[in-house]
Amino acid sequence: MLNLQKRSNSPLLFRGGAARLGSAQPDLVAAGWGLSTMRYPDRPHSNPSPEGEGFIRWTFSVLLALLGLVALAPIAAAQEAAAPAEDEPELVEFDTAKVRRIAVPALVAPNPADTAAGNSANLGRQIAEVISANLRNSGLFEPQGPAGIRPITLEEVTAPQYDYWKGRNVEQLVEGFVRVGGDGNLTVGCYLYDVNFGQELTRLGFVVPPREWRRAAHKCADAIYSKLTGELPFFDSRIAYIAETGPKGKRVKRLAIMDSDGANHRFITNGQSTALTPRFSPNYKSILYLSYQDGNPRIYVYDIDSGRQRLITASKNPTFAPRWSPDGQTILYSMAVAGNTDVYKVSVNGGSPVKLTSAPGIDVGGSFSPDGKQIVFESDRGGSQQVYVMNADGSNQRRISHGGGRYATPEWSPRGDLIAYTRIAGDFRVGVMRPDGSGERLLTDSWQDEAPTWAPNGRVIQFFRTERNNGKTSVWQVDLTGRNERKLPTPVDGSDPAWGPVLP
Amino acid sequence: MKMKMNKARTFALLLIASTALAACGKKEVKDLPPVADNTGYGNQTDTTTPSGPTIVPGSQEDFIASVGQMGDRILFDTDRFNVDTADQAVLQTQAQWLARYPNARVTLEGHADERGTRDYNLALGERRANAAKNYLASLGVDSSRIQTVSYGKERPQALGSNEESWAQNRRAVTVIVR
Repeated sequence: MLNLQKRSNSPLLFRGGAARLGSAQPDLVAAGWGLSTMRYPDRPHSNPSPEGEGFIRWTFSVLLALLGLVALAPIAAAQEAAAPAEDEPELVEFDTAKVRRIAVPALVAPNPADTAAGNSANLGRQIAEVISANLRNSGLFEPQGPAGIRPITLEEVTAPQYDYWKGRNVEQLVEGFVRVGGDGNLTVGCYLYDVNFGQELTRLGFVVPPREWRRAAHKCADAIYSKLTGELPFFDSRIAYIAETGPKGKRVKRLAIMDSDGANHRFITNGQSTALTPRFSPNYKSILYLSYQDGNPRIYVYDIDSGRQRLITASKNPTFAPRWSPDGQTILYSMAVAGNTDVYKVSVNGGSPVKLTSAPGIDVGGSFSPDGKQIVFESDRGGSQQVYVMNADGSNQRRISHGGGRYATPEWSPRGDLIAYTRIAGDFRVGVMRPDGSGERLLTDSWQDEAPTWAPNGRVIQFFRTERNNGKTSVWQVDLTGRNERKLPTPVDGSDPAWGPVLP
Repeated sequence: MKMKMNKARTFALLLIASTALAACGKKEVKDLPPVADNTGYGNQTDTTTPSGPTIVPGSQEDFIASVGQMGDRILFDTDRFNVDTADQAVLQTQAQWLARYPNARVTLEGHADERGTRDYNLALGERRANAAKNYLASLGVDSSRIQTVSYGKERPQALGSNEESWAQNRRAVTVIVR
């Protein structure tokens, strides 16, 4: 890192290149990323930094893809890295009372040139807009710009005019550039400065095809968020959800995917069959979801590249509530046999399912702990829906929810420290508790908030909200304070959101 | 494989036709989904409205004419799936009709109200459909004639968000497949 700072003209070292992992799906994952070898900022606390391995992880993915294997190892590694130390009981670690004032002028485009995504000067402004919006939407920043603040020069990118920005009453400053390379790819540089101390906090660089300029913006915003909050990144991630249209009694439900900020939206199914409860695989290559395609509720694995899908079991019994294990090798699901629903798991490659529960009553849902060793699920074996934890082999099943009312849809945080759930006591509210059931806290208060899903950094939760009477649905985000809540922009109504990991 | 798919499609079409027929006899038709949908439920694009008073014996329409407007369903309390005395009477009437048409096959559709989480409601609908199925079987209806499907909270009959609507939506509906 230090040696790089001396390279004033071309301050960033890039590796990787434009090799491609997948083929047909330009809007998904994996394509053409040259990740910088630079590390993300050091953290105030002891989270291991997986980012330094960026190039290595990426290479692994290529190798596994070449071998025709499912490339999941990197994700598992990342999630393991994200698991908190055991002596980390605090529910909320970041200082949410502090809203950071940060300036985000448009990125400089030296020698502006046209690209497949428009002129690079426009891209410089658009990238700054995305960075600014991400930071604002996290609730932890109060960004200025790019609109309404002066443009910067290329020289300023590495030599910021601190006095000027002090005068604008900002604490931090993001500057950067976007260059068009000879191969048509964009080189995006991103720098974070502390205005008061007059020093650089971090810098990052990316090579991306023009159509993926938003990912460079997300990566930059992630670096800023991480550096300033001490949390792991989450902006550069995607969401699968169900797009809903039509009146309440005639709802059309389609599988759809989008970026974490709602951009790059894409419908996957056409609505002829009701689709429900999608889950992105940890490597974003496939989606588990429920479809009534053959007239019955059944779980399919949809392969994003090929557009093909298959049933996860040969059983003719209804299957629902699909979930991935953190390593993407195991599928957890629920199946009703003669009316009795239990939780099962099966290898992603097929084989014999393993029945994990056998209590009379409804055992349903489930979510693996990040280390894959435990599963949290819901059961009404005691008379009403409650949250239970068991070992991944089904042993040692015990109830952890004791707060009164019903508890449903438990989801283990990718950090491992908390379990999110829907609490039903009159209205539906989203809450969190520790894996032992302690520290329960409700984060939302509405008529019907349901089905939380975690941001990859375990600090933001997404859920869907249903309106009383008209049945309209929308996807929302809330952070762990419960104070920063916002609706996600979706082209139509939305439900059943499922957040994937940070993209490699 | 192809044969299988054709079979499935034929079956789906039959379902569609029967559902459409079912819809004709009921006020609730308006609430069924309009989309082309090969899941078989709620399709109206394929409506084959019988003209005139002719009721095909053993058909869905015949079934409704025999068991009554709401005689095709039983209702449940919140989170419950037990078949109470009133439900038993409804199912007995259905069983009598089914005894008259031994070739008729039925689908029992299990539903839940909107005040439950999605996955749990799918499981609950399955439980309710099976409770009705088991009772019909106990009355002598061959269980191989009965299939079940859960719609969870996906297909509400009554559209309000109140106790009255929810009570109507917690239901198991018998639909003739033929």
